Amino acid sequence: MDTKIRGKAYVVGESIDTDQIIPAQYLVYSTSDPEERRFYGHYALAGLPVASQGLPDGGTPFVRGEEFTSDYQIIVAGPNFGCGSSREHAPLALAEAGATLVIAESYARIFFRNCVNGGYVIPAETRERLYDRVRTGDDLEVDLTANTVINHTTGDHYELPPIGDILPILEAGDVFEYAKKAGMMAS
Amino acid sequence: MGMTLTEQILARHAGRDRVSAGENIWVDVDILLTHDVCGPGTIGIFKDKFGADAKVWDKERVVIIPDHYIFTADAMARRNIDILREFVAEQGLPYYYDPGTSRYKGVCHVALPEEGHTRPGELLLGTDSHTCTHGAFGMFATGVGNTDAALAMGTGKTWLKVPETMRFEFHGALPPYLMAKDLILQVIGDIGFDGATYRAMEFVGPAVFDLNIEERMTLCNMAIEAGGKNGVVEPDQVTIDYVNERIARAGTHADYTPVYDTADGAYVFTKQYDVSTLDPVVAKPHRPDNRASVREVAGTKVDRVYIGSCTGGKITDFEAAARLLAGREVRVDTFIVPATTEVARELGRRKIGEHTLTEIFRNAGCRLGESSCAACLGGPVDTFGRLNEPLTCVSTTNRNFPGRMGHKDGQVYLASPMTAAATALTGVITDPRDQMS
Ligand code: SF4
Repeated sequence: MDTKIRGKAYVVGESIDTDQIIPAQYLVYSTSDPEERRFYGHYALAGLPVASQGLPDGGTPFVRGEEFTSDYQIIVAGPNFGCGSSREHAPLALAEAGATLVIAESYARIFFRNCVNGGYVIPAETRERLYDRVRTGDDLEVDLTANTVINHTTGDHYELPPIGDILPILEAGDVFEYAKKAGMMAS
Repeated sequence: MGMTLTEQILARHAGRDRVSAGENIWVDVDILLTHDVCGPGTIGIFKDKFGADAKVWDKERVVIIPDHYIFTADAMARRNIDILREFVAEQGLPYYYDPGTSRYKGVCHVALPEEGHTRPGELLLGTDSHTCTHGAFGMFATGVGNTDAALAMGTGKTWLKVPETMRFEFHGALPPYLMAKDLILQVIGDIGFDGATYRAMEFVGPAVFDLNIEERMTLCNMAIEAGGKNGVVEPDQVTIDYVNERIARAGTHADYTPVYDTADGAYVFTKQYDVSTLDPVVAKPHRPDNRASVREVAGTKVDRVYIGSCTGGKITDFEAAARLLAGREVRVDTFIVPATTEVARELGRRKIGEHTLTEIFRNAGCRLGESSCAACLGGPVDTFGRLNEPLTCVSTTNRNFPGRMGHKDGQVYLASPMTAAATALTGVITDPRDQMS
């Protein structure tokens, strides 16, 4: 697991649910076939209403036009990110688009678990409200060992709480490797 | 101090005498449920991790119920069903309910108990967030993603963090204009749509045990809309009778051991409700916790009414709606979608006065769809009842996030079947009390 992540921020608001992350009509693509799986990247965050696309200004799609990957690697969000359905296509879509990390004030449980178990994106929590301080396009550097966020665009520093319970799974890579270590699955 | 219902079930499945909230534990899974949207992805991961020839851990315990994208011309959606069929054949799975055959059921959360797969004291995982519905049977039931499901498919195990329990106690007599949907929307409005994140929601009290099993399912179904990990109701004779009858009919395994409430667990809080004092409520767009009493939003013009889904498409829901619609005509497009084929058949049998529910809906000018999730989650554009334009809809479903029923700018009000029916009769949001004779 990379503990230092640097990338451009894509900022969204509160309660971004899984239908906004990946609308239900796109769930028909195969997640196993690499050619089709790319479409999840293409449609990542396609359900955001225009005004919510990339705060504070809005109107910036996460993935541009015909592209399959995003210009942004770090998603900054408010409370209850990933609420709604259990579809694992949601963290998968973010990862396919090239995101590696989400920083939200809180997560819906199933989404959080899916992020970690499948090793898609790292769901970091923040106690501070960052989505109204960071702007879409800001250059962020996150250090998960030091638990800090540096905004290189503004020079601001923020602290994150330690990652905690899920660290063993993140370090193992995914839940299968973790299960093997726990003796729950044959290696 | 005793253990909560949820802790008792988890302790047993972890092979331990005791577990407490906050612990991470490995547990044995009794039933794994999947459907056409998440099944193919789960199967893909299962094969990738356990090998192309791997067998599921127990074929009696993997239940596959296609329900989401059934009546669509969308070739990609249909391919999902083909993947399920192939897997079922290869694994020899007995509990598969194939579309287009007499075994086809419809919405997985209504089909699962009908087909004898829910039992008190057991542990159920489903690749669907509304798997929490089955807590109504006194079991631990929660939604998981494809990766978790694939691990369970191969090993029969999963890891869980033992949730803290919030206890909701309902007293008083339920007035005839209220339904379980009003109770749960009330609760979600009170605690917020993340108010139960990582937690169990336990529903207790005489007014809960007065509810029939379908209404208890509605309560537990929407635990996820408060972020809950699971909802749970202690089993009583109503539960046991229902479960035993279904098990006998389906021939599924009959050995189960219920857990009972000791009322001395560690609860985050106990919140009391007197149901006799509550009002019919809706959740306004675009959040399930955006509660208002129906009176507050009464008069809001609507384009459409939708009665269906695992939350509001059971026979109790339709009977309640039909009581209001009988002998009258709807003023707006009204879509009726029975959750399962069994519910659909029952619509043709159950009568109010001399007409069956089906006749009542037809005579009222409603449109009847085929059993499935249909427009509850939008889905392909040709889905029955889907909001393809930015319409305002009163719906008995469970979610009203932007785009959930199709169009991003659609305005969805979540409501009970009675409020939905009263609204259908007037074309504006209407309190059922104003339409009851
Ligand atoms: S009816 Fe709606 S909520 Fe229920 S399983 Fe189907 S899509 Fe999900």
